[in-house]
Formats: sequence, C-alpha cells, structure tokens
Amino acid sequence: MEPSDAELIAAVRKGDVAQFEPLITRYQPRVFATARRYARREDEVQDIVQEVFIKAFQKLDSYRAEAPFEHWLMRLAVRTCYDFLRSHQRNRETTITELSDPEVDWLERFAAAPAGNEEGSSAARALIDRVLEQLSPEARLVITLLEIEDRSVKEIAELTGWSVPLVKVRAFRARAQMKKILETITREKFL
Amino acid sequence: MELETLHKKLVAVAKASPPSDAVPYAFEKRIMARLSAQTVVDVWALYGRWLWRAVTPCFSVMTGLAIWVLATMPAEPDSNNLEQALENTILSSDDVAGE
Repeated sequence: MEPSDAELIAAVRKGDVAQFEPLITRYQPRVFATARRYARREDEVQDIVQEVFIKAFQKLDSYRAEAPFEHWLMRLAVRTCYDFLRSHQRNRETTITELSDPEVDWLERFAAAPAGNEEGSSAARALIDRVLEQLSPEARLVITLLEIEDRSVKEIAELTGWSVPLVKVRAFRARAQMKKILETITREKFL
Repeated sequence: MELETLHKKLVAVAKASPPSDAVPYAFEKRIMARLSAQTVVDVWALYGRWLWRAVTPCFSVMTGLAIWVLATMPAEPDSNNLEQALENTILSSDDVAGE
C-alpha cells in the first residue's frame, strides 16, 4: 500500500528528504497542466513546475494539514504562475495584420455566422492564446480560473490570496480588458 | 462583430482543449537533485539558523547578569561617606608628595 501524503510529509519533516520524491511523482501532472495554462514554451513550464516543488519543500513546515496537501500545493502553483506572468509581462497590441491566415479565416467565418463556426478549433485555440497573452497578469489569471476552469469566486480568492471583492473587481476589469483586445484585433477588418 | 459572442466562443474553445498533463521523463529526479544540492551546499543558511537560535539564550543570560549586577551593587553612599571619599581623593596627592 502506498504511503499517504501525511505520512510522506511527516517523514520529510523528520529529515528524510527522499520521501519528497513520491509526493512530486503524485502531483506533478496537475502542476504541469496548471503551468501550461500560463506559459507556452516548454522550458518555461518546466522552470515553473520546478520552482513550485522547491518552494513546497522549503515551506513544508508551514503546511498545517487543515486542507489536503493537493490544495496547498495548487495554491503555491497558481501563485508561482502569477509571479511568472508578472515577470514576463508583455504590453503589445495585436492587430488583424499579425494574425495567421487560419486565424483570420476563423474570424471571417465567425463574422459570417456567429452561431455556427465549429470548425477550425486549432485556429480558435491560437486566437484565444494570443488574446490571453495580451491580458495583464491579474486579468489573465482571473479569466483562466473563472471562465476557462469554471472555478468559483471563493475558490479563486483562496487560490490567489486575494479577497472576494477584489476577485470580483478584477474579474469585471478582466472582461472589459478582453473585450477591448478583441475589439482591437477585429477593428480593422470587421468593424 | 458580436464581441460578447466571440468572447464566449473563444472561452469555450479554451475550455474544450485543456492543456496536457504530460510529464517529461524522470522530471522528479531532476527536482530531487536540485533539492539535495541545496541542502548540502547551504552552509550559510545553517549558520544563520544557529545564530537565530542563539538569540534567546544569549538574551536570557544578558538579562540574568544585568539583574544580578543591579541586585549586588552596594547601596548609594550617604553624604558623610561621600565627603570622606572626596577628602581622601583630594588629599591623596599630598600623601604621595609627603612620602
């Protein structure tokens, strides 16, 4: 039978560093999936995941076991991703001329028939990635957690360490920012 | 263009294609190697930790000594003794010269 998280954590706290490895093996797929939401390049993703586990090891004494270890680790992961976004902030507007042909095709099909347009999801995926990259770190985090991952405001507050009203304010601003970006992208050709 | 619909559609696309949770081969070994290296090399952190641990006992000893010194200090001399002490000090030079 595999040892539980609590047993592994107790062993690590007693100085048996090797017992941290099963914890990494157990949770690294989730941390990788989270990191891939915010970083595109694989080397950046790996750096984020590595930082998350190193922080987890260093801060293990502060883990109180009031919530499952996974929740505590995911809080660390989200906050590390947020720090990554803040340190790699790009303030660059994209216009229609910078979009790839499949992305422009997808937008044209959408403009012609907003209700349809189910084809070309890879182009749509590239387009949403492009839009998310232009959002501020706060806005990107909120849109990702609230709209893409369907988390509640309370959950986001717990994950990010922000207050519930602050999450609501940032969600409102994030939607406005995203609308503005979509407007800029589509302005030249469709408005 | 209907921006609200576009927003919803793009979010739905992102939702429908969650990122991969694939892990590079032996990634956990790489992290463990980093952790082991950190725990071996970080002598200064250990030294700092010991210094912090020494703060409380050092402060206790210092406080204890201060209390002991204050408790064993002789009481303030009365005015006669002070007068005598002053006289002795002033006249000590004459004693030395007389010898």
